[in-house]
Amino acid sequence: MPEPEDLIWRIAGGSGDGIDSTSQNFAKALMRSGLNVFTHRHYPSRIRGGHTYVEVRAGNGPVNSRGDGYNFLLTLGDSFARNPGEDAYYGNEEAKPLTENLDDLNEGGIVIYDEGLLDEEDVEAINLEERAEENGWHVYPVDLRGIAREHGRDVMRNTAGVGFTAALMDIDPAYFEEIISNGMSGEMKEANLKVLEDAYELGQEVEHTHDWSAPAGDGHDEEQVLLSGSDAISYGAIDEGCRFISGYPMTPWTDVFTIMSQNLPKFDGVSEQVEDEIAAAALAIGASHAGVKAMSGSSGGGFALMSEPLGLAEMTETPLVLVEAMRAGPSTGMPTKPEQGDLEHILYTSQGDSTRVVFAPANVEECYTQTRKAFELAYEYQIPAIVAYDQKLQGELRNVPESFFDEEPNADPGSVLTEEEIAEAAHHASDKFKRFLHEPEDGSNVSPRSVPGQEGGRFLATGNEHNEVGHISEDPENRVIQMDRRMGKLDDIREELDAEESHQTYHGPEDADYGIITWGSQQDTVFEAVDHLNEAGHSVKAVGVSDLMPFPEAEMTEFLDSVEHAVVAEMNASGQLRGHIQKELGKYGDKMSSLLKYNGNPFEPRDIVEGFETSLDTGELPHTRMKYVPAAGD
Amino acid sequence: MSAFNAIGADREIEDEEFTPGIEPQPTWCPGCGDFGVLNALKQAMPKVGRNPDEVAVFTGIGCSGKLNSYFESYGFHTIHGRSLPVARAAKLANPGVEVIAAGGDGDGYGIGGNHFIHTARENHDMTYIVFNNEIFGLTKGQTSPTSPKGHKSKTQPSGSAKDPIRPLTLSLSAGASYIARTAAVNPNQAAEILAEAIQHDGFAHVDFLTQCPTWNKDAKQYVPYTDIQDSDEYGHDINDRAEAAEAMYDAESKLHEGEILTGRFYVDDERPSYTEEKQAIGEMPEQPLAERYFDEDTEWDRSYQLLEKHK
Ligand SMILES: Cc1ncc(C[n+]2csc(CCOP(=O)(O)OP(=O)(O)O)c2C)c(N)n1
Ligand code: SF4
Repeated sequence: MPEPEDLIWRIAGGSGDGIDSTSQNFAKALMRSGLNVFTHRHYPSRIRGGHTYVEVRAGNGPVNSRGDGYNFLLTLGDSFARNPGEDAYYGNEEAKPLTENLDDLNEGGIVIYDEGLLDEEDVEAINLEERAEENGWHVYPVDLRGIAREHGRDVMRNTAGVGFTAALMDIDPAYFEEIISNGMSGEMKEANLKVLEDAYELGQEVEHTHDWSAPAGDGHDEEQVLLSGSDAISYGAIDEGCRFISGYPMTPWTDVFTIMSQNLPKFDGVSEQVEDEIAAAALAIGASHAGVKAMSGSSGGGFALMSEPLGLAEMTETPLVLVEAMRAGPSTGMPTKPEQGDLEHILYTSQGDSTRVVFAPANVEECYTQTRKAFELAYEYQIPAIVAYDQKLQGELRNVPESFFDEEPNADPGSVLTEEEIAEAAHHASDKFKRFLHEPEDGSNVSPRSVPGQEGGRFLATGNEHNEVGHISEDPENRVIQMDRRMGKLDDIREELDAEESHQTYHGPEDADYGIITWGSQQDTVFEAVDHLNEAGHSVKAVGVSDLMPFPEAEMTEFLDSVEHAVVAEMNASGQLRGHIQKELGKYGDKMSSLLKYNGNPFEPRDIVEGFETSLDTGELPHTRMKYVPAAGD
Repeated sequence: MSAFNAIGADREIEDEEFTPGIEPQPTWCPGCGDFGVLNALKQAMPKVGRNPDEVAVFTGIGCSGKLNSYFESYGFHTIHGRSLPVARAAKLANPGVEVIAAGGDGDGYGIGGNHFIHTARENHDMTYIVFNNEIFGLTKGQTSPTSPKGHKSKTQPSGSAKDPIRPLTLSLSAGASYIARTAAVNPNQAAEILAEAIQHDGFAHVDFLTQCPTWNKDAKQYVPYTDIQDSDEYGHDINDRAEAAEAMYDAESKLHEGEILTGRFYVDDERPSYTEEKQAIGEMPEQPLAERYFDEDTEWDRSYQLLEKHK
C-alpha cells in the first residue's frame, strides 16, 4: 500500500472567529495522536473581520513545511463580515473564506462549508459544483452554525467543523474531547463537547464520496511539544539567563515581546514596554551595562530606529541581543506578510564598520539553539548579537520532542569580572581600571569588564573612540588598536563557531551536481523540494545558511566549489543573500543565480522545483509569483 | 565572590574623590557654565554620602555630555538625547547604584524630549540635570528648544519664530516628583539642590542654567537671579501641584523677560518610585537583578517548566 497522503487541513474564516486557537488545538490533537504536525498562518492586515486561514499539515514522516497546496478545506464563513449597505465595499465577506481559498485546493480535495451561514445563491454564484467536478473535489455542506446554536453559541461553529472533519477523516474524536476537557470548564466545556459529538455523528452519517482518510499516527517515541519560532526564541533567551527585555510593539516582533513579558516575571525578570524603539534598544544597553543579560528587538521600521543604539553597543562593547522579526518592506510594507528583505539592513545598519553577530535560524529548534548561542557570544565577546527571523517562522507551529528543551540554564554573564578579579586586573598608573585594554592578557580581543557598583571598576563607556580607560581619544595609534581589537572579535567568534557543530544545515546527496542555497525560514521548504527534485532524476543538494555574520567562509566555499551551479532562493526582490555571499567570498558571481519570491507568501516546495528547473534552462518564470535572476560574471 | 562591595560603603566621603587623576583638561571654553555643574556635583557628593564606585553618570552628546569625562564615577557617555533610557534601565538592573543622567537643552528637551516625558511620567528614581544654555553648544551655536523667540543663529538667520519650551511646567505635567532650577553662577544653591535631588526617591529634574560665553553671549544667565526660597516676594507651597504650576509659569515667563527665579519649585515625597510600583505589582524582584549573576545561591530556573501548555 502506498504511504497515506499527508493531511493538509486548511481552516478559513473571519479573523477573530477563533481560527487560530482552533487550528492550534487541531494540531495539538493530531500531534497527540502520534503524527508530526506543522502549521502555517496567513494573516490579514485587520484586527477583526477580514478572512484568514491557518493550515495544519500532519503526517507520519517529517513535516517541515506547509507543503504544496492543501487537500482539506474547512470554511466557517466570516461572522465579522461588515457589509455597510447593498453595494458593500467588501463584496460578500461571508462567502469569502470559501470563494477565496479554492484556488490552491489540490485535486481530489475535500471541502466543508457552513451551510448555516452562507446563502445558497452565494454558493451558486461561484459555480462550486462545476469546479468541484472539474477538480474531483468532494463537497460537504453542513449546518455548522445550527449545530453550534443548538448546544451553545454561534462561535462553537469551529468545534462543529473539527468534529465533522474528524468523522470525514477517520480521526479519533477522543483527542479533541481531551483537549476541550482540559482547556475549558463548566458550561462552555459541556456545550463544546456536545457540539463535537453531534458534528462527529453527523459526519459519520453523511455519505462519504471520498475514499481517503488522515494517516493514523504511529506514535512518537517521546513526549512532544508544539511550539512556534517565537516561543523558541523566548525560551532560549530565558534559558540563557536573560532577565530584562524592553520593547515597543511592532508586528511580527510583538510575538516575542509578548511571550517574554508574560513569562519573565515568573523568572524574576523585568519587562519594559517603552516609548519607542530607540528607547527600547537603549534600555537593553543600560541593563546590560549594569550587569543583567538583556534583550530587545523589533521589526523593520522599529529596527531602523535602533540603528544608532546598536552602534553604541558595538563601540562601548556592551553585550546585547536583538531580535529582528522581518516583514515585507520597504517602509511599513506589508505588516502581516513575511519577507527576507532586511538582511542588508541587519548586517550593516548603523554608522561605521559593523561588529555584530547575526544568526538566522531556520526552524523552531534552531530558534532555540541559536538564540542561546547569540546570548553566549554576546556576553562572552561583548558584542551585539542579532537573531533574524521572519513573519513565517514567527507564527508557524511544529512539534518538537520535549527532551530537546531539557537543557541546563546558563547564567554566566560572560566576561564580567568579580571584585577580586578587578583588583588583580590591569590598571592605569593613576589606579584606573583598564576597561578597554589594548592587549587583553589572555591574548584574546576581549577586555574584561566591570559593572557599576563594583569596587574599583570605575570606567567611562563612550560611543566616541576612546583609550584604555574609556576616555575620548582621537589618537591615531589608539584608534587603530581599538578598531582592530573590536573587529578581531569577529574572527575569534568565527573560529569558535567553526570548531563547533555547524549552524549551516545540509540536505541531499553530498556529490550532487547542483546546489540550492537558502537562509532562514525557507530552509525546510527548500529541503523538501530537493527531495522531489532528486526523485525526479535531478542531482541536487542544498544548504541553509544560518551564520550571516561572521560568515562561514570555509563552509560556503566548499559548498560552492563542489557544485556546477547554485540557485540562491530567498524571499526578497534583490537577492540580498546572494550579494552577501559574493561580497564575503569575493567570487562566484558567475556560479549563482537567484530565485526570488516577494509577493508576501513564502515559497512552497513546488516553487523551488519550478525555479530550479527554470534555472537549468535559464528561462523565465511567471513574474507575479517569482523572479529568476541568472548568474552574472564576477 | 563579592559582587557589589562598593554599594553602601559606610564612611566619610570627600569631594576630591570625584576628581579624576588622569583626565585630559576639560575641553570646555573658559567661562563656560558647564564648569559650574561639574563643581556643584562634586560639592554635592559628600552631602549625598556615596562613593565614586556606587555612582553612575549617564550623559548625552554635546558640551554637556562631557560631564562624566571630568567626574570620577562609573560613566556612560551615550548618544544624542538618549541618556535617560540607558540610565533608567541601569537603575532597574541595580537599584543600589546611584543613577544620575545629564545632558544639554538640545539633548534633553529636543531630540530626547520623548524620553524626558516618559522618564518623568514613570518616576524612575534618578536625577536628571539639564544644562540649559539656551543654545546648541557643541555644534556651534544653533538655536535650541529653549532659545528665546526671535533668537538669531546661523540656522535661523531671521530669528526663531518659535516660543521656547517651558521645561519646568513640562516636567511637572509629565510627572517628575522633584523639580528645581538652579544656575552655574550660584554654586552654593546649585550644590545644595543637586544633593537634595540625588537623595530624592523618584525622578528629580534640575534645570541648570549654564552660560555659553562662546555662542550665546547675550543669554540671560548672567543676570542676577532670585532664589525663590529666600525671597519674601515669592514663596509657594512646594508640595502643592497647583501652586507649583503657577510659580513655574511665572518663573518661565519672567525668564523670557530677563528675570531669573531659581530654587525648588515642586517636591512630591509621597509618590512611590517606579521600582516600588513595579515591585508592588509583582513585576520586579526585591533582590537586584544584577546581583543574581554573582550570587551562587541563585537558582536559575529554565524554560522547561513552561512546556506543559505546549503538550
Ligand atoms: C543623532 C544626532 N544628531 C545630531 C548630532 C549632532 N549634535 C551633537 S551635540 C548637538 C547639540 C547639543 O546641544 P545641547 O544639547 O544644547 O548641548 P550643549 O552642547 O549646548 O551642551 C548636536 C545637534 C548628534 N551627535 N547625533
Ligand atoms: S561652546 Fe558653550 S557650552 Fe560649549 S564649552 Fe564652549 S562655552 Fe561651554
